[in-house]
Amino acid sequence: MESGKFNTHSSVITLTVNGEARQFSQPAPLACLTCAGLIDALGLTGKRVALERNGEIVPRGRHAEEALVDGDKIEIVVAVGGG
Amino acid sequence: MTVHDNLDSLLIGGKAYHSRLMVGTGKYKDFAETRAAVDASGAQIITVAIRRTNIGQNPNEPSLLDALPPSQFTLLPNTAGCYSADDAVRTLRLARELLDGHDLVKLEVLGDPKTLYPNVVETIAAAKTLVKDGFKVMVYTSDDPIIAKQLEEIGCVAVMPLASLIGSGMGILNPWNLQIIIENAKVPVVVDAGVGTASDAAIAMELGCDAVLMNTAIAAARDPVLMASAMKKAVEAGRDAWRAGRMPKKLYSASPSSPTGGMIGKA
Repeated sequence: MESGKFNTHSSVITLTVNGEARQFSQPAPLACLTCAGLIDALGLTGKRVALERNGEIVPRGRHAEEALVDGDKIEIVVAVGGG
Repeated sequence: MTVHDNLDSLLIGGKAYHSRLMVGTGKYKDFAETRAAVDASGAQIITVAIRRTNIGQNPNEPSLLDALPPSQFTLLPNTAGCYSADDAVRTLRLARELLDGHDLVKLEVLGDPKTLYPNVVETIAAAKTLVKDGFKVMVYTSDDPIIAKQLEEIGCVAVMPLASLIGSGMGILNPWNLQIIIENAKVPVVVDAGVGTASDAAIAMELGCDAVLMNTAIAAARDPVLMASAMKKAVEAGRDAWRAGRMPKKLYSASPSSPTGGMIGKA
């Protein structure tokens, strides 16, 4: 086990996605799951979605770089029928 | 005689529309029916709601925007279901991100889940924030002329008073208030909610409304696509009647439509 700065990097993180607590694997031992990675893990790649992380919108252009951490609250929305 | 319909565009948020009927996309049995009804209505502005996506529960769920692509319609994301200014603003910021910076939105903040009556205090607060944030706000409100004027002064691009409660199909309950709102407004007035059948839409337009927005009146009809077509005609007929200027009402006129002279059998 390495000591120091990597101690907090567990291989699995828990995120609350659309109100539901879910566990996600980190993509690699020292890499963090990103918004794009989460969207992929949920099978939503290529779909028109908007994502909010802890109440702040993460613009689509930043999905690939924005890393998620354990405990993040994520909302992912789509357009549905409505009046 | 020429009908001058080419001169009669509806201007909202700097864009011209030839249709004065706006429709919602909820309560249809499937997206094919939604699309058929929207097409029959001739609507160019269609409302959509913003909701959490399914997260794997239903991976092949069809997408509304595949049936109604933003390239073919002006989508009007709404804040249906929001009961506070904060929730409404948050929803529309997500909508703007979802629709690539699209800034024309429908603000509605409800006050009561039973009646769906608007909460005008929260609506005004949300409108101020959204206008400051660069949104073009079409705002659903009560038929209170003072509130409608305040929403216009805040900078909303259209005010949308109810005819009667959302989904009620009760028609226009207070034409006098609508008339005052229309008389005072410098932005388009859109009757939103409460229309039940084609005559209601025609009456709204004859009062001088700039457009009508409806969902349930079409979606809950026995034949939604046929009703969508009826609504298109009603809105066009009502608009033309308003532009033509109706004859004055008289209890009686003593002025028959046929000539009084030339009757047979007279001396």
